[in-house]
Amino acid sequence: MTTLMLTEDETMLRDAARGFLDGAAPVKNLRENRDQGRTFDPGLWKEMAQMGWAGVLVSEDNGGSGMGHRAAGILAEEMGQTLVASPFISSAVIAATALRNSASDRLAGIAEGSLLYALAVDEGAKHGPAGTAMTAEKSGNAFRLTGRKTFVADGASASRVLVLARTAGSAGETDGLTLFDLDAGRAGITRERKNTVDSRDFAQIDFDAVEATGDDVVGEVDGGHDAIAQALNAGQAALSAELTGLSAGAFAMTAGYLKERRQFDRIIGTFQALQHRAAHMWSEIEVTASAIANAGRVLDETPDESELAVSIAKARATKTAKLVVSEGVQMHGGIGMTDEFDMGFYMKRARVGAEWLGDYGYHAARVARARGF
Amino acid sequence: MGRFSTDPDRFRDEIASYISDKCPEELCSIPTGRREVCWGGKRFRFSSDAQRDWMNAAAAAGLTAPRWPEAYGGAGLTREQEKIFREEMRRAHAPSPLESFGLWMLGPALLAFGTEEQKKHFLPQITRGEIRWCQGYSEPGAGSDLASVQTRAEDKGDHWLVNGSKIWTSYADKADWIFALVRTDREAPKHKGISFMLIDMESEGVSTKPIKLISGMSPFCETFFDNVKVPKSYGEGLSSIVGEQNRGWDVAKHLLTHERTMIGGGGGGGILGGRSLGDFLNSLDEGVMDDPVIRAEAMELEVDSLAMGMTLERYGDMAKAGGVGNASAMLKYYGTELNKRRYELLMSAGGAYATEWDGPFGSTAPEWLRTKANSIEGGTSEVMLDIIAKRVLELPSK
Repeated sequence: MTTLMLTEDETMLRDAARGFLDGAAPVKNLRENRDQGRTFDPGLWKEMAQMGWAGVLVSEDNGGSGMGHRAAGILAEEMGQTLVASPFISSAVIAATALRNSASDRLAGIAEGSLLYALAVDEGAKHGPAGTAMTAEKSGNAFRLTGRKTFVADGASASRVLVLARTAGSAGETDGLTLFDLDAGRAGITRERKNTVDSRDFAQIDFDAVEATGDDVVGEVDGGHDAIAQALNAGQAALSAELTGLSAGAFAMTAGYLKERRQFDRIIGTFQALQHRAAHMWSEIEVTASAIANAGRVLDETPDESELAVSIAKARATKTAKLVVSEGVQMHGGIGMTDEFDMGFYMKRARVGAEWLGDYGYHAARVARARGF
Repeated sequence: MGRFSTDPDRFRDEIASYISDKCPEELCSIPTGRREVCWGGKRFRFSSDAQRDWMNAAAAAGLTAPRWPEAYGGAGLTREQEKIFREEMRRAHAPSPLESFGLWMLGPALLAFGTEEQKKHFLPQITRGEIRWCQGYSEPGAGSDLASVQTRAEDKGDHWLVNGSKIWTSYADKADWIFALVRTDREAPKHKGISFMLIDMESEGVSTKPIKLISGMSPFCETFFDNVKVPKSYGEGLSSIVGEQNRGWDVAKHLLTHERTMIGGGGGGGILGGRSLGDFLNSLDEGVMDDPVIRAEAMELEVDSLAMGMTLERYGDMAKAGGVGNASAMLKYYGTELNKRRYELLMSAGGAYATEWDGPFGSTAPEWLRTKANSIEGGTSEVMLDIIAKRVLELPSK
């Protein structure tokens, strides 16, 4: 396998992304979006698309930049540093992977940044594709979809929805699921944006006897679990990378504060109690960064064996982010509790990111299964 | 030109046939957990003729120190070749021909700081397993604060007169020579008056006393120096001091950084016998994996161990590309804390059985106790966190 270290090209990509985002998307953009009731900045997304980010997983033949999963992770990590809200993971990573074998011109739309997707999988408090109960009743070549999807990232703003519904079997089984690719405006679809703590777009989507045909099916009928597995792995890896960038960003703020804040006539960063906690956090971030790099490499090189690598990354990223934002608020003291200060944004995004696409327990259990527990 | 081909495929063939020709079958058939380490040295008792033959054969090809230059007894392999060599060793189930503090620590220090004569004299004795070295760093009054060592070497013209004592000297009672930090200038600031000295353990006035540990084992000793005369030179260009006089702290620091980079994720215990933690825990008939707390701890440990493995790989590549410097303190800190967690879990999984010194859980109990030293020796976890805070994160001292 290629080295887990950044290659020269990857270092250039990271530096370019960091340079661009530092200028175009500092954390105050998220604050402005929130205050104006926007979930992301379409102008910023257009610029990101022009740099090839929206097409990072779309081949050049289909209009993308085809840079691969490790590159997608690097971009996501940089976006995490300044909490950039964008359709990147939903469209450029999850949808682009789910539709990678489709002949449609939708891939070109994704790469261009003009076609926004959302993935509707979950139906309750926790992630779990197999738990899908929503039905897609078959009659001939037609389907009728009825049910409710929750926690759909980018669900209110997307123009298309990938939705997992049950064509056979019952909730809890991996067989009998089918993945549909539907226009979000199709008759019978109602979307309601939920007010999540991270100020981003998470929606509840109701399907009331929505008509679909075989043309809307991605992959095989009853084979939806396989059709979405790789896309979920890719999304989980990118989200893990975002969370690790988030950890690095929150940590940098905290370390900076330790170097300037004075109490008891001393810089508080001179206190060993705080130094050791900072050093421990940095160690956790370093170990997690290795798991992020590994997940990207495995997705690029041996995608069929990526589940273990991805779950290690998501479990680690979730736990590390939780530690870093908690310590971040604590070490900032009172100011860390204020809305005026940015640390709270990091904490809130870390909590949402912890749940989206599977929490610590979900991924640790997948690691345990893969390792024979 | 080396004795092996540079072409990777031909190299692999050559090294594989060398191993199969020279490593006796009786050694390869010993299970990993029951192998006896070959330490070498004048007083070493080989566990079998096969063990001695394999050490000698490997040494003849430089394979006891694969990366060291051929001129100093190594095989001069590149990093890629060494990787192939290790792979072929594993494939053949061949045990390591020789392990020693000379290979791990003194060798790298001599390669970085030694004179040509010192390298030519001391290194081949190490690679051939003739001389077993021990490390004399800590003292009763100099643990984490290593630079405050008080063992002193007085200049007596043609020799140094050494007085003082060292502690935690691993296997000092079995070693032939010691590399020690001694104070050669008592007036200078504490980091500036230390020298890195090579001393023959057979010198008059050197004595050792094993220390019994909580694990029941005695791998460490106290080492006493009572008016020991150490020649200033062991021959032409062969100073008894490595590096500059009074600059021994530079050598010690270099070596400690090197040592920390080498510290791995830990093997995980002889009781596993090569099995994964999951396979092992599942095999226990008491149904310990049905305990939700043990199960959760095992899962979390597995996630962290696998991520640490990736980190060792990433840092290894970074070291190759230009070094990791003080960040290596993180590997030492994280790896040793992880190893302690692994053994706590194994003890918990074994329950009452694991509380026996040598019961159904084998030597897990003494190994568990031994791991408690991991986060103390070679720099405590707290010293590692200090290094990260001050040198990596650049948090202020005042």
